[in-house]
Amino acid sequence: MSNHKEHPFNAVLVDGARIPFLKSGTDYNDLMAYDLGRMAIQGLLARNPIDPSSIDRVIMGNVIQEVRTSNIARESALGAGIPNSVPAFTIAMACISSNQAITSGVDLIRSGQANIILASGTETMSDIPIRFKKKFRQNVLAARKYKSPLEFLKFFKGLGFKDFLPELPAIAEFSTGETMGQSADRMAARFGVSRQDQDEFAMRSHHLAAKATKEGLLDEELIPAKVPPKFEVVNHDNGFREDTTMEKLGKLRPAFIKPHGTITAGNASFLTDGASACLIMEEQTALLLGLKPKAYIREYNFVSQDPGDELLLGPAYATPKVLETMNLALEDIDVFELHEAFAGQVLSVLNALDSQEFAKKSLQRDNKVGQIPMDKLNTLGGSLSLGHPFGATGVRLVTTAANRLIREDGTFALVSACAAGGQGHAVILERYK
Amino acid sequence: MSYINITTKESVAILSLDKPGEKVNTLDESMMAQFEEFLETLESDDSLKGAVLISGKENNFIAGADIDMFKARETAEDLEQLSKDGHSILNKIEASSKPFVVAIHGSCMGGGLELSLACDYRIATNHPKTVLALPEVKLGVIPGTGGTQRLPRLIGIQKALGYMLTGGNIYAYKAKKIGLVDELTHKDALEEAGIKAVHKLSESGPHDRKDKRSFVEKLLEGNPVGRNIIFSQAKKKTLGQTKGNYPAPLMIIESVKYGYQKGLKKGLENEAPLFGEAGATSESRALVNLFFGMTDAKKNPLEKKVSPVQHIGVLGAGLMGSGIADISINKGGYSVLLKDQTLEAAVKGEKVIWDALNTKSKKRIITPFERDQLSSKVTGTDSYEAFGKVNLVIEAVFEDLDLKRKIVAQVEEVTNDNCIFASNTSSLPISEIAKGAKRPENIIGMHYFSPVQKMPLLEIITTPQTADWVTATAYEVGVKQGKTVIVVNDGPGFYTTRILAPYMNEALLLLEEGASIEFLDKSMKKFGYPVGPMALLDEVGFDVAAHVGETMAPVFNARGGKSSMKAQELMDAGYLGRKNKTGMYTYDGKKKESNTNIYSFFGGNSRSNPDIETAQHRMALMMVNEAVYCLQENILKTPTDGDLGAILGLGFPPFTGGPFRYIDRHGAGAICDLLNKYSEKFGPRFKPAGILEEDAKNGKMFY
Repeated sequence: MSNHKEHPFNAVLVDGARIPFLKSGTDYNDLMAYDLGRMAIQGLLARNPIDPSSIDRVIMGNVIQEVRTSNIARESALGAGIPNSVPAFTIAMACISSNQAITSGVDLIRSGQANIILASGTETMSDIPIRFKKKFRQNVLAARKYKSPLEFLKFFKGLGFKDFLPELPAIAEFSTGETMGQSADRMAARFGVSRQDQDEFAMRSHHLAAKATKEGLLDEELIPAKVPPKFEVVNHDNGFREDTTMEKLGKLRPAFIKPHGTITAGNASFLTDGASACLIMEEQTALLLGLKPKAYIREYNFVSQDPGDELLLGPAYATPKVLETMNLALEDIDVFELHEAFAGQVLSVLNALDSQEFAKKSLQRDNKVGQIPMDKLNTLGGSLSLGHPFGATGVRLVTTAANRLIREDGTFALVSACAAGGQGHAVILERYK
Repeated sequence: MSYINITTKESVAILSLDKPGEKVNTLDESMMAQFEEFLETLESDDSLKGAVLISGKENNFIAGADIDMFKARETAEDLEQLSKDGHSILNKIEASSKPFVVAIHGSCMGGGLELSLACDYRIATNHPKTVLALPEVKLGVIPGTGGTQRLPRLIGIQKALGYMLTGGNIYAYKAKKIGLVDELTHKDALEEAGIKAVHKLSESGPHDRKDKRSFVEKLLEGNPVGRNIIFSQAKKKTLGQTKGNYPAPLMIIESVKYGYQKGLKKGLENEAPLFGEAGATSESRALVNLFFGMTDAKKNPLEKKVSPVQHIGVLGAGLMGSGIADISINKGGYSVLLKDQTLEAAVKGEKVIWDALNTKSKKRIITPFERDQLSSKVTGTDSYEAFGKVNLVIEAVFEDLDLKRKIVAQVEEVTNDNCIFASNTSSLPISEIAKGAKRPENIIGMHYFSPVQKMPLLEIITTPQTADWVTATAYEVGVKQGKTVIVVNDGPGFYTTRILAPYMNEALLLLEEGASIEFLDKSMKKFGYPVGPMALLDEVGFDVAAHVGETMAPVFNARGGKSSMKAQELMDAGYLGRKNKTGMYTYDGKKKESNTNIYSFFGGNSRSNPDIETAQHRMALMMVNEAVYCLQENILKTPTDGDLGAILGLGFPPFTGGPFRYIDRHGAGAICDLLNKYSEKFGPRFKPAGILEEDAKNGKMFY
């Protein structure tokens, strides 16, 4: 058996849920990330018998900030009917924001500061902040000090036509200026991942997501979204393509490195809107409330590397580390949930873990970590097919992993994800028996 | 302890109104006296620049005049004097050489608003609890301390008449927009804003107020001809609505008109006798009694046995279910799981609630965020998941005994032992629904009226098995939901449906005898019902009416009643009423017209109406007599419950005071004679109830 560290208080996952993840510009188009966040929280609370005032902290991951709701955790919590007396904070850690939300909650529980944590994440890519050019912004701010109407003429001084055009933010690394797609494309080449491999993995993800949806395997983690003002009910994710084929994927052109790149729109995750929420409790608190926990949240770690060359390789570092802390081998893990930013990125991670060279050079260990069996990996689809609302993915991964542990009668699950900035995360769940 | 606590800040007298031992401030003699005293001090004390009137209560400025004071005076002369006393003080405030600023937070009603109108400057908080109104008309009187004079001069005649004739609420944002208040501020800055305003007024003279009326309003109100048009239109519209049953609205119009013809001073002098006259009418007295009945009903007689409720489960998300969910979250502050068979159906209910809140946010009564926060308290669902946490389940599903029993079993399965099961049935006996239940002591009837958001009554039905804590808790929930609650014993149709059934039956019999649809509705509206029986039948639906008729028939047949079978026949022929647009009226065209096709069920197209008084009495007395039967058979516990139930649930004319006060007013003897006369002529269903005959013999009254 494992030898995880003993903590005075154990953190358990009681329930986790998400509203369906939708392609940006579809049914959630008119909503704010705040709306998605409160819908996820409300849905989770409605199906659980806990008094919202007994929650000790609301933690929410969110990446693309809307200025009006900069502490979106607080606004979402209040909007979902959580009383004023419950503090809330927001975490921005790129794609692992809600992983950090969960582990911050675990820390609060382990250190005896909290018994009930609501960890969550939300993101909309349908309404990202589009800004005016710097020069224009400066003039607008300066105009606040204008006193006479005549002074407004100054406003146009030095502004060219281009300064009036809006500026769309790109998903690029601030430190390197490289987009994530470019970086992933380079990494795939480094680890010898072919276009064919990537398309196959993407197709697998889409087909598995379609199958899981059809068989109702995701129902447990889904709460229907009721979209105001018409209150149309959204029951399922809409991003997976059941009918995708190698032929269709093969026709797509490289999206980032032209003409010889391997990453296309078909084997990358798409822009997504969505939110998720989970309840983490101190074990005895949950039991006293008559709740049956799904899983223990055991050891976890965060890692970081060079945002240039190893931007999305975090899981290859985090995974062996967390296994070691838990004294577990790859074979002990029954359920793997890996975040799929790009098919090429997942496959690079898998190759790295299975590489003797990578083990020696980068991990300073004698033997490779091993091969993750495909039949245990992301069997209900992943970010490529279900979608990837940055701030909300972490809670989805953990929730799905816990539900799979129970359904597949396993003991340990490993969840791992990469994030912009060259960071990564891994956590081990142990099924609650 | 004194009513007004006076302190001085920055040379400004702060008058904090805080009626000792009460939740809200009401204007009474002790306050008036203290005010009078202060006025003298203010005039003589040179160090004081002016005064700020503010409330020491939470979320209340002044709830209006003390109604006990009003009730204690019965003659027109005494009431007139009351009005004159008020005028005298308000005139002094208005005439004072020093500025009076009123700082309003919370409800500011009736006399409270009239007091504010006499001040030089009005500040209100931009808070959802800040509401202004002149609701006097609801008590059958007119605003009697200058309201009919000062309000139209401030906001315009048409707007003022609108508010005074309906007694409608004016929220802070709107009040500012129409010029009723001069400034909005937040709650904590209120006093400071008041002080500043006094200084400003004292330095630079009276506030220069912008005329906020629209161009058309100014045009029409600016000359005597235009004003006459306004007054005659208002009168016409009022008569159309009141059918002449309520004198107060006409007196309001009269008072405003007089003031514009003769000037403010004469207008005020004329207001007092009009107030006295209105207050002494039997209509006003009945409305005041109704008010007291409603106030008393807010007190839970079993307060100590209430068990806490946090989560309510509502089954059925239709009109009824969503209405119950609405008042549960918005008024009661409960969280609600709204269940229907499909998620889509449940979400429709959620949408109804959201839409209403969204409308409120558009009117700036609440913010969009508050809309989100409130609407998050209701969650539509298609499963019983999480019903384990629910303390009270209210079912509003189809009226079918087997279905309801099935639902009782399902709910008992998924809820804990302390969960109350309430049925919103309108006719099925609760004890029948409870048959076979595992926890019959937890079962109770909570009969709401449609539309739930508007209808003020909740009829609670207890069976001999219902536990006291269950009744106590249901009562508490009802009061929190903003309802006036009556508790009655179980029986077919309980109280309200039981007295409605013979009334509707009589209407159908009259139709069978040859009366026309319009005639029947017109007669009863003239009698004082808000809706006529035919239109009501359409709303209820022939299917429901037939079902109720069938449930109730044994009760009436045992007394030799004559049941019209027409509702059943119409239903069998596919007529359902408004819901499928085939009823007594047509609902396709723009204009509501009677559906002449339906006359083929009632003897053909040639109609002959009886005289209106006979028709009115036949229908109304069926209801009145049945109410007495309910008291006699212990369905009703008190006549007050009976009067409240009939007025608030069924629209029995409020100015009569309810069936029992109606009898008292006309005399049990006279009513008995009429009933006996009809009994001979139309059949034994009119036979007076036993206790009514006894009362007639002994000259007894119900009150």
